[in-house]
Amino acid sequence: MDAIILQILNGLDKGSAYALIALGLTLIFGTLGVVNFAHGALFMIGAFCAVTLSRILTLSHEVVDETRTDFLGNPLKVDVPYLYDIFGQTTGDAIIDWAVPISILFAIPVMVFIGFAMERGLIKHFYKRPHADQILVTFGLAIVLQEIIKYFYGANPIPTPAPSAFTGSFDFGAMLGFDPGSIIYPYWRIIYFMFAAVIIGAVFAFLQFTTFGMVVRAGMADRETVGLLGINIDKRFTIMFGIAAAVAGLAGVMYTPINSPNYHMGMDFLVLSFVVVVVGGMGSLPGAVLAGFLLGILESFASMAIVLETLPGINQIIIYLVAIIILLTRPRGLMGRKGVMED
Amino acid sequence: MGLTKKDFTLLIIVAVLCLFAPFILNPFPEGSAMAQFNAGYPDLMQRLVIFGIFAIGFNILFGLTGYLSFGHAAFLGVGSYAAIWMMKLLTMNVIPAIIVSVAVAGLFSLLVGWISLRRSGIYFSILTLAFAQMSYSLAYSVLTPITGGETGLQPKYTDPRILDGDLPPGETPRANLFGLDMKDSTQITMGDWVFTFNAGYYVAAVVMLVAFYVSIRIFRSPFGMMLRAVKSNQQRLNYTGLNSKPYTLAAFVISGMYAGLAGGLLVAMDTQVGAERMFWTASGEVVLMTILGGAGTLIGPVLGAGFIKYFENIISKINESILHQWFAFMPDGIEDFLVSMVYPFIGKGWHLTLGIVFMLVVIFLPGGLVEGGQRVARLFKRRKPSSDKPDGKTTPAE
Amino acid sequence: MGILEVKNVGKRFGGLQALGDVNLSIAENTVHAIIGPNGAGKSTLLNCLVGKLIPDTGSVMFDGKSVLGRKPYEINQMGISRVFQTPEIFADLSVMENMMIPCFAKRDGAFQMNAIATIPSQRDVIASAEQMLEDMNMADKRHMHAGSLSRGDKRRLEIGMCLSQEPRLLLLDEPTAGMARADTNNTIDLLKQISEERDITIAIIEHDMHVVFSLAERITVLAQGTPLVEDTPDRIKGNPKVREAYLGETQDAA
Repeated sequence: MDAIILQILNGLDKGSAYALIALGLTLIFGTLGVVNFAHGALFMIGAFCAVTLSRILTLSHEVVDETRTDFLGNPLKVDVPYLYDIFGQTTGDAIIDWAVPISILFAIPVMVFIGFAMERGLIKHFYKRPHADQILVTFGLAIVLQEIIKYFYGANPIPTPAPSAFTGSFDFGAMLGFDPGSIIYPYWRIIYFMFAAVIIGAVFAFLQFTTFGMVVRAGMADRETVGLLGINIDKRFTIMFGIAAAVAGLAGVMYTPINSPNYHMGMDFLVLSFVVVVVGGMGSLPGAVLAGFLLGILESFASMAIVLETLPGINQIIIYLVAIIILLTRPRGLMGRKGVMED
Repeated sequence: MGLTKKDFTLLIIVAVLCLFAPFILNPFPEGSAMAQFNAGYPDLMQRLVIFGIFAIGFNILFGLTGYLSFGHAAFLGVGSYAAIWMMKLLTMNVIPAIIVSVAVAGLFSLLVGWISLRRSGIYFSILTLAFAQMSYSLAYSVLTPITGGETGLQPKYTDPRILDGDLPPGETPRANLFGLDMKDSTQITMGDWVFTFNAGYYVAAVVMLVAFYVSIRIFRSPFGMMLRAVKSNQQRLNYTGLNSKPYTLAAFVISGMYAGLAGGLLVAMDTQVGAERMFWTASGEVVLMTILGGAGTLIGPVLGAGFIKYFENIISKINESILHQWFAFMPDGIEDFLVSMVYPFIGKGWHLTLGIVFMLVVIFLPGGLVEGGQRVARLFKRRKPSSDKPDGKTTPAE
Repeated sequence: MGILEVKNVGKRFGGLQALGDVNLSIAENTVHAIIGPNGAGKSTLLNCLVGKLIPDTGSVMFDGKSVLGRKPYEINQMGISRVFQTPEIFADLSVMENMMIPCFAKRDGAFQMNAIATIPSQRDVIASAEQMLEDMNMADKRHMHAGSLSRGDKRRLEIGMCLSQEPRLLLLDEPTAGMARADTNNTIDLLKQISEERDITIAIIEHDMHVVFSLAERITVLAQGTPLVEDTPDRIKGNPKVREAYLGETQDAA
């Protein structure tokens, strides 16, 4: 029992990331009808927003520390972050420590701007082109974006720690009445899951309860009719693209303490997120979220030692296997709508 | 040969280019500043033609039927593994290796295609991607006894190789064609120029010419016409009493066999395999080659493969000091500025350049290099007072 | 016993009863029109005949054999060809190639792996395709890109493609929709000529009363998913039920 709970918990953080990326993918697909292969790159850029901010926060200048000397007896030069000059050492340290959560504020405008620029500058011109062209051009864009990041940040993963307040683990085992230590779960992963839940809830609430969301949902159902109503649907779709980009970006920001970001993390997640979208049903928002968590948890169950003994390697392929089975038995995915991408 | 005059001319041109590639690709004298643009060395020339085969095959599927597969590297990888096992078990002669690699890749693509082709559009792309990623993951993990996992496979001195006699002690097994070592090279020096003629390259080039010829025949056959009809209007095809499924499946298997052939040849030239050649970026690469050259055209994929492999090699080799040499004639400030502008796109930045070029092609030149060439040609034709009759015939793409 | 026998066919989409209880018999070598107001279920019925939809109840027999559960291409090979509302042709292929494809389908069946032969060597197919282009008065356009044809020519090409399979039943779904008057009249003449010269049954779904009354020998009026009445054109014109249900609605009727 405790092992099962542990695996479910382990699946949640990956599942959250899948769900957030898939949510944006399917939102873009449902509204704009565009298959965006560059969506993983947005996740990656989000992660590098966190890297960038923590670098900005630790920008330093050299100060000669008279009280300490190096091994030659000369006064030691130490790097002092500018933040110390502004806020003093304690507050400065706290800000640097909290760089990842603070990056959320930094990432939102950046990601929305990138989303707008992408949609207006590129995607807009591909609405009428075949899906293959959309895949290809966004695929090219994904390569370009990740190479740009690689140029500036290098090829190695960049560790970006969570605030020290969240570095420990929570003992679910003790709380739920199992042996203490049987279900240990890092705090940050709990945070990540809750964060994902909030974002998903916010997106759904936004679509459900605002007139803007209503129009967008109507547009997802029947774009032409909404266009006929004289509503400027294109402008709203641009904003939707910005939101989808921001969701992917935030997923990336918060993921940095779980996995040190590198330039190809977007592609790694993209392939799986596409599978998630297809399993959930192209154009279905609840489907994307459901499938994201489902596959995340399934993946973590498949990595259990007992499963691997009977089915070696199953953890590597479980998601693809499920996708293939789903696509063949339920072509529209778990919650797909009729008439989406059926040709 | 059953080709129209135009197609035959095209085949001859490609054959001549292949034959003289060691000269054509080495236009600059040894030791000159431009020598780094030479591409006439065996390793690169082999890859040019082998990836040409890969792209020609991919084009039979994507160019004709419009089905965009993101998993073709899996067939290349499977072909490679099949070839290396032939070399380990049977003989270092490349013929069985190549035949078996085509057959195994064909069977594998039959399985993948049979399942994936139940869906079309983006679903098909994702199904093929899922299969390829699965193959890659399995090759890396569970199938390690067959694939060598992370280390990959090479022929070893201790392999059984039942058809070959025992190797002399200490000698490494070498791929050969009835005794002709694939790594055999002859160098001819003409003045400052050095040209390398490599046995493996010519074997691969002959295979590519055969593959190219077969692809022309397929393009011009009733079967090829049906495939173009699939791309154009599948609904009409079905309501015309034709079952599109076996047509697309046949195209899929043929292109899978081409990929297997390329995989087998890669092993024949360089006797080692690793799972990374099945990674989905490798599948993406063949898509890039085909689109860049011109999907649905005969020569496009060959051009695309050549273009990408050539520039990959050349551009990756340029480094900062070479840039400084080039811009040395400029005043220092401007020199540094130019170098810093160009630097991100060269060396390790090759993929950035490739991504940008690819995007530009998809946006502005969906027909790829072939369409670009045609546009330029038309531009020149228009300059001349045109005496040739406007011919209303729609030429099926070259 | 007609060539096409539709018995008790019903089809539901969720809560909507698209077809109630349709009985229809189309006699061989006649021109039979199916008319009815929008939403009467004409297209649903047609889709049930060609394998795009499978009805929930009832049977569809063509020449004594059931078509239900068969794929569109199988039904086509049985001898039913369909002309679409917007011309469905191979827009990226030349006119000649468009015409050759149904000829191949006629000769080789649903699939033939003919990858080594060249197209010029397929003399019989080329001959029948050229003959059909002659019949359709399109021989001069054989090298044109089919996608660049005019709407009327696309329609002609599509009808020719269907005819070159020598079907026993030709189904037309509003063949003159969106056409200019001249093109409409051309299409009427073409269809008249086809039905006179060829051994073929034509079933036509149409909105345009002018087309219906110039062509049809029998008319079925469909309303709210069920056949209201079936009769000759003259009697249909005089039928008060039809006037009420359908003709009365449109000013330009008849």
